[in-house]
Amino acid sequence: MKPNFRNWPVLLVLLVFSAPLLIMLAFLLVDAFTTKVPGTMIPNGVTLHHFRFLWTDLDDGSWGIWGVTLNTFNFALFTSLAVSAISLTAGYALSRLAFPARGFFLGSLIVLHAFPTVTLIIAIFLILQLLGLYNTLIGVIVVKAALELPFGIWVMKGFYDTVPWEIEMAGVQDGASRFTVWWQLVLPQVQPGLMAILIFSFLSGWSEFILPMVLAPGTEAQVLSTYLATMLLDGGTQADFNLFKAVGLFYALPVAIIYLIFQNKLMNIYGGGTKG
Amino acid sequence: MRISIENFTKTFGDTTVIDNMSLDINSGEMLALLGPSGCGKSTTLFAICGIHRMNGGRLLFGDRDVTKVSSQKRNVGVVFQNYALYPHMNVYDNIAFPLKVRKESKAEIDRKVQEIATLVHIGELLQRRPAQLSGGQQQRVALARALVRKPDILLLDEPLANLDAKLRLEMRSEIRRIQLQTGITAVLVTHDQVEAMSMCDRIAIMDEGRIVQLSSPKEMYEDPSSDFVAGFLGNPPIAFLEGSVDEAGFRLANSEVTLPVPAGITLPGPGSAMRFGIRPEFFQPDNALKVKGRISFVETQGREELYDVTLENGAVLRSIQTQGGSYRVGDEVTWGIAADRILAFGPDGDRL
Repeated sequence: MKPNFRNWPVLLVLLVFSAPLLIMLAFLLVDAFTTKVPGTMIPNGVTLHHFRFLWTDLDDGSWGIWGVTLNTFNFALFTSLAVSAISLTAGYALSRLAFPARGFFLGSLIVLHAFPTVTLIIAIFLILQLLGLYNTLIGVIVVKAALELPFGIWVMKGFYDTVPWEIEMAGVQDGASRFTVWWQLVLPQVQPGLMAILIFSFLSGWSEFILPMVLAPGTEAQVLSTYLATMLLDGGTQADFNLFKAVGLFYALPVAIIYLIFQNKLMNIYGGGTKG
Repeated sequence: MRISIENFTKTFGDTTVIDNMSLDINSGEMLALLGPSGCGKSTTLFAICGIHRMNGGRLLFGDRDVTKVSSQKRNVGVVFQNYALYPHMNVYDNIAFPLKVRKESKAEIDRKVQEIATLVHIGELLQRRPAQLSGGQQQRVALARALVRKPDILLLDEPLANLDAKLRLEMRSEIRRIQLQTGITAVLVTHDQVEAMSMCDRIAIMDEGRIVQLSSPKEMYEDPSSDFVAGFLGNPPIAFLEGSVDEAGFRLANSEVTLPVPAGITLPGPGSAMRFGIRPEFFQPDNALKVKGRISFVETQGREELYDVTLENGAVLRSIQTQGGSYRVGDEVTWGIAADRILAFGPDGDRL
């Protein structure tokens, strides 16, 4: 079939605007695997030396790349689980149940969603210290999950809104309790939303930088983003940028893989729920 | 099972939708709640199944007071307008769901599902998903799911509204067959008078939250209690002639023409307004009570032809005649009304 407009002008514009990004990515990839003379752009040798952090201890005071990776994974996973669990229930309540101050909660969700996180960070810091959660992974998880929640709840509410209420009423008439109706009849209809929230909040947790840096600066709770930052700060002008890029590549790889696998599911978030 | 609604009142916020309504539905009967949209018929249905709480009055199933009983414990089967099948389950699981909720044994569930599937003729569809079914098949599945746990009462909310004309005809008789075969007490909510008349033992016609008339379809058609009921039943609809009481009987508005009043009617005082209702089948060329008019519209319906006849004063009478009349638009005709079938209504719309 012949398209009704030419493709190449569109492609050209897209290419021009994404070129900086692509070039940076290309350099990240090339520099992570090559050596070159300082001051030149063209590499003069291939090496895996920059990836030595994977199998040797860099003696930089952290507890090794695998510990940090595990921290990052735990941080992202538990954030995502908490966000999903709460969004799943809170979204249902906001969509279906008539409870006091429902309008207020809905309004606050929007406001919180648009709220810049950084402005809250001093208050959060003080609260965490008061609770004894400062400098712990749990503390950061709680904060990150709380900040992700408005988005998650809002999306889940949207998915619940698309489920016809007759399905629930039919379930109730069939003798099922409200919980059974939610668990067995409604939840399967909003599964795409749940998947999207799980993945989105996992990725968001994986790439979070500000919160771990401010709220858990110690080595115990270090995650990959802060690990990268300390590499730059500690090294100063002597920082090994090739090593930095190799770690960066290692850090970005899971994100790329997850996107590749789940991109269709992530698109669901904009498509709404299932159609009966 | 017998259903008694006593002094039922329902309000949403400040608006009273149903005020002090009472209705008895006999055991094994199929009753239609008929009325225009917004008349409170669905509200009544949802009160019977427990989706809506009653603001006042009592609801009895047999001798049991169920006013405060939850939906789950009422044992009422409901077929919703959009069928509300569970889209992620196949037909078998849809029908089995009410039984699974009651934790019946697998063998028992299987036996009951097969039995009901045979009754509603969907035996070969059990492995399909709802999305793979036609509207009529979905309707049958919804019926099967509502009936599989042997409910005391079956409620149908506009069950045919989403079907095309041919299927509607088929499902009309199917639903009635299944209802008669199971002997269940059924309540049908509809705005379609043909559905109500063809499927039900009795019709409760509702308007603005009140039951206007409760009787059998034939009785309601021939002996309506008000011009609202007369206008709601019958297709093509009844035609009304406006006029007033005169020494000679009934005098048409803006005209010298008078018509004799049917026997046995106590007229309101001279000069008060009155309406005559004349059904299309009782306005025919060879009836005795002649009126003059001009054909203003002809509609060919295949077996029959529908004529609109505009009288000299501008009022319109309808006549339905078997195919073959050679009348055209613009023809002057003098056709007759069957004098004994005229329905006379007083100034407030009540039948005289």
